[in-house]
Formats: sequence, C-alpha cells, structure tokens
Amino acid sequence: MSENLLRIDDLHVAFSTRRGMVEAVRGVTFTVKAGEMLGLVGESGSGKSVTGFATTRLLDAAGRVTGGRILFRGQDVTKLRGDDLRQLQGAAMSMIFQNPRAALNPIRAIGLQIADAILTHKRISKDAARAEALDLLRAVQIRDPEQRMNAYPHELSGGMCQRVMIAIAISCNPALLIADEPTTGLDVTTQKVVMDLLADIAAARGMATILITHDLGLAARYCRRIAVMERGRIVEEASPSTLFSAPQHAYTRRLVAASPTATSRIEDLVTEEERERYTAVLGKPRPALAHGTPPLLEVRKLAKRFDQGSAAVADFSMTMAGGESVGLVGESGSGKSTTSRMICRLIDPSEGDIVFDGHSIGHVAARDFHRSPLRKNIQMVFQDPNESLNPRFTAFDCIAHPLMRLDGMRAGDALRKRVEECAQRVGLPLDLLPRFPHQLSGGQKARVGIARAIACRPRLLVLDEPTAALDVSVQAVVLQLLDRLRRENDIALLFVSHDLNVVRMLCDRTIVLRNGGIVEQGESRALFDNPKTDYTRKLVEAIPHIETGPTLAAAL
Amino acid sequence: MLSYILRRIVATLPVMAIVALFVFSLLYIAPGDPAVVIAGDQASPEDVERIRQSLGLDRPFLVQFGSWVWRILHGDLGTSIFTNLPVSAMIGQRLGPTLSLMIVTLLLTIVVAVPLGVVAAWKAGSLIDRVIMGFAVFGFSLPVFVVGYMLAYIFALELEWLPVQGYTPLTQGFWPWLENLILPAVALGCVYIALVARITRAAMLEVLQQDYIRTAKAKGLGQGGILFIHALKNAAVPIVTVIGIGIALLIGGAVVTESVFAIPGLGRLTIDAILRRDYPVIQGIVLLFSFVYVLVNLMIDVVYTLVDPRIRY
Repeated sequence: MSENLLRIDDLHVAFSTRRGMVEAVRGVTFTVKAGEMLGLVGESGSGKSVTGFATTRLLDAAGRVTGGRILFRGQDVTKLRGDDLRQLQGAAMSMIFQNPRAALNPIRAIGLQIADAILTHKRISKDAARAEALDLLRAVQIRDPEQRMNAYPHELSGGMCQRVMIAIAISCNPALLIADEPTTGLDVTTQKVVMDLLADIAAARGMATILITHDLGLAARYCRRIAVMERGRIVEEASPSTLFSAPQHAYTRRLVAASPTATSRIEDLVTEEERERYTAVLGKPRPALAHGTPPLLEVRKLAKRFDQGSAAVADFSMTMAGGESVGLVGESGSGKSTTSRMICRLIDPSEGDIVFDGHSIGHVAARDFHRSPLRKNIQMVFQDPNESLNPRFTAFDCIAHPLMRLDGMRAGDALRKRVEECAQRVGLPLDLLPRFPHQLSGGQKARVGIARAIACRPRLLVLDEPTAALDVSVQAVVLQLLDRLRRENDIALLFVSHDLNVVRMLCDRTIVLRNGGIVEQGESRALFDNPKTDYTRKLVEAIPHIETGPTLAAAL
Repeated sequence: MLSYILRRIVATLPVMAIVALFVFSLLYIAPGDPAVVIAGDQASPEDVERIRQSLGLDRPFLVQFGSWVWRILHGDLGTSIFTNLPVSAMIGQRLGPTLSLMIVTLLLTIVVAVPLGVVAAWKAGSLIDRVIMGFAVFGFSLPVFVVGYMLAYIFALELEWLPVQGYTPLTQGFWPWLENLILPAVALGCVYIALVARITRAAMLEVLQQDYIRTAKAKGLGQGGILFIHALKNAAVPIVTVIGIGIALLIGGAVVTESVFAIPGLGRLTIDAILRRDYPVIQGIVLLFSFVYVLVNLMIDVVYTLVDPRIRY
C-alpha cells in the first residue's frame, strides 16, 4: 500500500488565451497511494480541476502541460500517445464530472453509454457488455436497472445521472478515479447518498480517488488527506483534523473561516483581522416592531399547478414582517423556487392570494406586474450571477436600468449619483462600473446583481440561491453584505436555499418545504437544532459538517 | 408515433388549402382579364367569350375555386391550353427526370457535405478546415449555370468522360441513367454542398464543446467513435433542417439545371408553361412543388423525433 500509484511532480499547465499564455497550474506536487482518497480543495481558478484534467489527459485544446511530470504506475502520462493513451483513459484511470446530466450524451440510452466504455477496453460481445452494464447499474444502486438501461439522461434525476457516470467510470475497474466536483449542484441529501456510494465502491474495489471540490466540509468528511490549492499551487497538505484545528497557511485559515458550519455566525465567516470592521454594524440593534404592525407580506393558501400532473406548490401560507429574514429550504423539486417566483410576481399562482403591505397583488397578472407601483418594492436576486446579467449591459447600465424603468429617472448626473451610491452600498469599486459582466469576477457580478435589486430601495428582497454559484470566501462576503443591508435599510429578505448552514446564519425564521407543501417552520436555530420531522432531520444530517469529518475519516 | 404523424398530416391541411387558394388566384393576380390573358393577343372578342364560358370564368370567384379544388381532389389538374393534354399526364411524363436529378443531388450532397463538415469541425482552424471552408465559399458564390457550363465543357467536351446533355430513363439501365445525371447533380449540388458542409461544421463545433464529448474521451473512445457515434447524431437536428430547407433550393435550381443540360423534366416544363402562359400547367406544377415541400417538412419533423428522444410527440 505504500507504493505511490500517482506521483505528480512540479506540474505546470498553461492556457493560450487572447491575452497570451496564462499559467493555471504553477508547480503542483503530490502523490496518491493505491486505494486512498485524497481531497483536492480550492476555489474557482485555483487550478484544481485543471490538475485533474491534465492527469486524465482531457485538457482543452488551448491547455498544455508546460512542465513537470505525471507518473502513473511509473509511466509519464504527459508523454503517452495514441493507443497507449486510450488504454489508460477509462481503463486504468477514469473521471467523473460536475453537472452529471450534461456529462451524459442526451440522445443515447444510458445502458449503451455504459456499454460503450466496456466495449472500448474489453474484447467481449455486445450482449456480454450489456449484461455487465446491467450489473454496474445494480452496483450503483439504481432501482429497476433493467428498465433504466433504456432510459435517456433527461428522464433521470441529477443524482441518478451521477450514479450512471460512476457506473461508467468504474466499468473497467480503474486503479484511480478522479471525481471533479461530483456533487456540486446536487441536493445535500443526494450529495450524501452519492458520496457514500462513491466511498463504498472505492473501498470495496481498492480504487484510489482524488476528490476535487470547493467544499472543505465535504473533503473532510470523506478524505484522510486534503491538499489545499490556491492560484495554481498547493499551499498546504494535511489531515482534516490538523487542517481545521491548526491551519498553517493564511489562505487555508481564510477558507476554514469562510466555510459555514452548524454553529458559525455570519461574523465568524472572516478571519480575526477582518472581523473588526463588521462588528460595528452588528452592534446596531434592530428596532423592535411595534405591536399590531400589519405584516409586510402575507401569503394565503398559495398553490401552483403546471400544465399536467400534481401541484408544484399547494396550500402555502406565510407572513413576514418588515426587515425580517425568512429562509425557504428544501430539496430540488420541493417547490421553493416556484413559491419565490410567485411571491415575486414573476409567475402566476393557480390559487391563493399574496398581500403586500395591505395590497392584494396575487391577482395582478405576472406580465402586467411591471406596471404596478409595487414592483419596485419587491425585487429579486437570482441564482447564477453569470447567467442573470445581460452580457451586453455594463455594470452601470445594469444598475441604472431599474432606476430608469421603475423610478422614472433620466440619464444624467442624478442617475449617475444614485448608481454610484448603490455600488458603494454593496462594496463594488466605482471604477468597475463601465465593465461588462465577462470582465468581472463571480463575486463582483453577485454584487452587481444585488446592487441592481436594491437600486429602487425595495422593502422585500427575494433571493433565489444567491450564493450557490459562488466560492465560499465570496459567499461569506456576500452573506455579510446581505445581512448588513437588512440591518441598515430594514429590507426584508426571503432567502431560498438548499444550504442549511447559510440559512441558519442569515434567517430569523425558516420554512422547510417538501413536495410543494410546508413540512415544518420555526425559529431557525431551534428548528435546526431540534428538528421535529424526519425530513428536516435528514436534511440537517446530510450537511457535511466539518466536526464530523475527522471522526469518520479516522474510522476508515 | 403513428398518431403523431397523423396529427402532423392533419396540421398540413390548412397550409395546403392556403397554397391552393394562392395558386388558383395566380390567374387573377396576373394583370388583365384571365380570359383575355389565356386567349392571347390576337383573339377576337368572340374567342374571349368562348374561353370565358368554357372555363367557367363568368361564375363567382369562390364557386370557381370550389369546383377547381373539387376536381383536384379527384386527381384532375385540368387541361393544358397549349397542348390540350391533361396537366396530370404532362407532369407525369416529366416527373421521372426531375425526381432522378433531385434524388441524386440529395444523396451526393449528404455523402460529400456531411463528412466534409465533420472533418472541418474536427480539425477546426487547421489547413484542411480552411481549404474545405474556402471551397464552401466558392460553391456559394458560383451560380448553377456557370458551374454547369464549366463542368460540361471540362468533363464532357474536353475530357469526354461523360455525356454533354440529355437524359436516359432508369428503365434503360442504371449506369446510362446515372451517367447523364452526374454533371447536372454536381452543378446543382454545389451551393447545397457548401451550405450543408458549413452548417455541419458549425453544429459539430458546438457539440464537440459539450461535456458529454469529454466524457466520451474519458472513456477512452477512439476519434471515430466520438465524432460519428456521439457527436454527429447530436448535431443532426440543424443538419437535417438545412437539408430539408435545401430541397426548396433544389426545386428552384432544377429549373435552371434542366435547361443547361437539356433534361426533359419539370423545370423545362415550367419554363415552357410560363412562356406560353399555360396557366393550368403552371398551377399544377406550383401545386405539386408546394405539396412536395410540405411533405419534406413533415419528414424532417419525423426524423427529429427519431434522432432526439427529448423531442416529444
């Protein structure tokens, strides 16, 4: 077992771009022993995925290994050509990817896709390959495997697709599996099931695994050794317990601090040095609501039925006071996004009513609501800042647009002042305003999205997974920003998320949704500490808590 | 599936009805009294009146249209003013050559253009890609008759490999039939090949960037398997669309090509009919072409569902 299966020596990878060569990996060195699971953790742009792709020889055409060696069983992978390379890919070494549905061919039955991999490497008949594919589907615990053989990816859930990917990856019994963000985008409960399955299969087959992830908690739960990457280098390598109890490198400390845990508070998400600035804001107490103040938002028996089939949301009622923050959690398909969109008046409810500040708005058609004077009071921050900004609008245009449409402002100095003021409130440097979205980082785009939403001084902000696409350190900053805006401007937040740790920190109250109905609701901390229903308990337990990591890893 | 095809056929009925109305109105849209138009320049007023009565032009428009549609539904396309032969018989005689030309061109295009596009996408940015795309631009820019005369000069007159013009029915043997069609098909196919090759390249480039192509590589699949099993079928929808739209191009192109290569097909019949102002024949031909085009579109929709399981029917 002491033999190194994989040894990466001073690896350099560069990409040719329009602005010349950019080094993505700058001298990475690590080893993987047979059968072990190594965590490769870092934020976007750290080069962790590029390292994985270089190892499996799947780099884009623009990327090249410019230095170093990747020794797999003593053979330099970077020098393999033609058939030697193909014998390695998918056979001795395989890979699973982020976004499993996109990683599967949409128009090929999954049974065939598994059989493809088998037939590439083994000289057996098509029937035999089909039988093996069926066995693999059983191995990855897919129900009714005989029927699923003929299913297409769009007929399966994300978690199922990832299981199919795992089946493909293990089809030729590889010695090394590289899992690139295998559960990003999946629900916490699905994430747990898929990761448990992956760990079991790896252990049973003695397969070494490299788990590439941005989630320290996840790596801590499943790996005995974690390498932390920053800007193309490995800055620290240690066991999870050492990493969390005594992080050596400044970047690791920041990362550990920014990772939300079951007990962390918003102010904990930064390192000691950064905290001082923030405590000043926190010191300001929120004004207590006078008794008998009517609620800001009241939702009564809301329901939504799409064309055919059962209701996406049924019998949903809630109230929100001004300045309150409420979390809406649940697995995908629980109806939380549908509900938030109805409240935002982007889609029409089938039944029920929405009362905002004493005005019934549930019956105003969604396509006419933009003319309502209440439109500017309810604004939305969307999930993916990359997708939700118009690529042809500069940051300035993006923030100015709602001011012109909803506040009737005209182009000029007054508008410029308002936009700059919004940018300042969200901490967006003013010199970034003339830039287009593709010239901004993920965190900067998130700030533009929030600045746009708060530009018209709304009283209710609906946030649909606003940090799901962001790195933890950026997420920490965005969460603090939202919390500060709420305290300073008395904006009510309706926060839709599947990340329970985040909801626990940010929201006073939490509503748990399942299959379109409310399962449980209550004060956030109490709800998560003592869940009353099995469903909530399952959700809470599925979060990879950093604390549980070392114990589990030690038990392996 | 069968019910889907039936529903699609039913959906084409209004289209055909509108086409029929338009085709019928041709006679009335043309300036002047239809009877005068048909009778020609030197007809006496009595002749005009006789024609008016015999064609029923004195009856109301909708009544005329109704009886015209009724006759068409019974397979009667009317009688040629010039030859006094039934239009359906005239079209029937000429259908073979045109159909042969279109089928050969279609097959030639698919066999040549799709692989060219695939190779260009696979080797995107390389010399071979640029050469293929260069030829595509060239093919776009040359009119059919220029290519036709050039081909005929080089391969028929100078090299004497193929016949200059004419047509031999398939009943007289496969090679004589094909021999006569090669040059016209290449001439007619030029634009079409260029178009399909470009679209194939673009669609393939798009598909080759998808995650599942990376998965196919990760499985260790060979280049051929990746390109033709995983990529091409995913790129098929736009390619099939453009091949279908191209059939309209072929119809127009066939008219010119048949003149250049003296093929006695529908194209020639169309030109003759227009020159003689033989309205019943023109109507019959336009109706036929529209029908073919609607049929092709129906076939494309069916092919979509065969190619892509995500398209529901």
